[in-house]
Amino acid sequence: MGAQLRLLRRRIRSVKSTAKITRAQELIASSRIVKAQQRMQAAVPYEREITHAVSAVLSNTASVDHPLTVAKEQPATAGVLIVTSDRGFAGGYNANVLREAEALKGHLTERGLAVRPYVVGRKGLTWHKFRGRELFGEWDGFSDNPSYAHAKDIAGALIDSFKEEDGIDEIHVVSTGFVSMLTQNVIVRRILPLEVEEAPEPADGPMPYYEFEPAAGEVLDALLPRYIESRIYNALLQAAASEHAARRRAMKSATDNANELIGVFTRQMNQARQAEITQEISEIVGGANALADAAAGKE
Amino acid sequence: MAKLRVGVVSPEREIWTGEADMVIAKTVDGEIGIMPGHAPVLGVLVEGGVLRVKRGAEADLVAAVHGGFISVADNDVSILAEAAELGSEVDVAAAKDALQRAQASIEADQEDADARLEAKRAAARLRAAGEEV
Repeated sequence: MGAQLRLLRRRIRSVKSTAKITRAQELIASSRIVKAQQRMQAAVPYEREITHAVSAVLSNTASVDHPLTVAKEQPATAGVLIVTSDRGFAGGYNANVLREAEALKGHLTERGLAVRPYVVGRKGLTWHKFRGRELFGEWDGFSDNPSYAHAKDIAGALIDSFKEEDGIDEIHVVSTGFVSMLTQNVIVRRILPLEVEEAPEPADGPMPYYEFEPAAGEVLDALLPRYIESRIYNALLQAAASEHAARRRAMKSATDNANELIGVFTRQMNQARQAEITQEISEIVGGANALADAAAGKE
Repeated sequence: MAKLRVGVVSPEREIWTGEADMVIAKTVDGEIGIMPGHAPVLGVLVEGGVLRVKRGAEADLVAAVHGGFISVADNDVSILAEAAELGSEVDVAAAKDALQRAQASIEADQEDADARLEAKRAAARLRAAGEEV
């Protein structure tokens, strides 16, 4: 067997095994998207209710003077929560998030703010550490399956720093929003000082007048951190679903490319084999002719 | 008589929704009973409380609710719990075990706030399951 033929066989074998791996990754990611979407769906009622409750308190208290809703006059530092994935193999998923985070950092620096990164996900952590950036908070190990406890943990760290005298004055979140299986967009949002996303006005006019147990201020104290936790939980869930969707797409195109490559190599291999056979035949025919000529010369 | 529309939700899932005649929950100011036509209320619930939903002929729905809020408006009652568990879903053996462990660590260290919280939660789960604590 010719050397070229052996080489091609070997390459086909290796591409085939790569295709098997990427195909398996694709199938795993597809099945996990469904679960991630279900988790997003399951979180919707709580989010709706808590947004409603926050709007109710804010619409009932004439002057809201809660530390979490008041913007400082001279903000000096901004915290940026960057949500990335733990594992790669997800196409441009992490690169997109990190690019937006850099753009946001640029904007904030222009406004004269010092930026403190808080990073979720191993990919974002290594990215920051490789560049020698100081990290103010780091979490990893749950990017593909976040639980509410993780969101609580992150929100707690951010709110604590926000309340400190020389802590952060603004909190922004850079994460990926899940629009559909095919579309995921990077979302940049400010979560503190709080801008409550108003629930759609109820059909029967403005919010009713609420009684509070205990006082409105104390209810707000308890409610706002929960609201922020729920916003962060939502960001984590969407990021997880987007990660699986991005991975599925990346792995699908990798599998397609591998199959195409196998086709190309197979054709080249067939050509090489055919060339070898043709050459052998012409050698045999040439040899036979030479023998026949020699025999004819003797006679 | 009008009915209450009740929803018990936690951040990770919707635990129960349905109609009811009366809802009894424990806020930080004390127990509160909600019947149809109640004025709008927004209350903070205690850690380790038991929620009781009366449904007329059907048996009461009982759930252990850990922290969170109750919001009432226009016969809609929503219970936003940080964590909640229906009485029928409680693993009694595990809850008893958790209660005993928490009580042991309280005896060892009176200042152990985590253990106190844990004990309260376990007790609420057992009460929700209909056990005597």
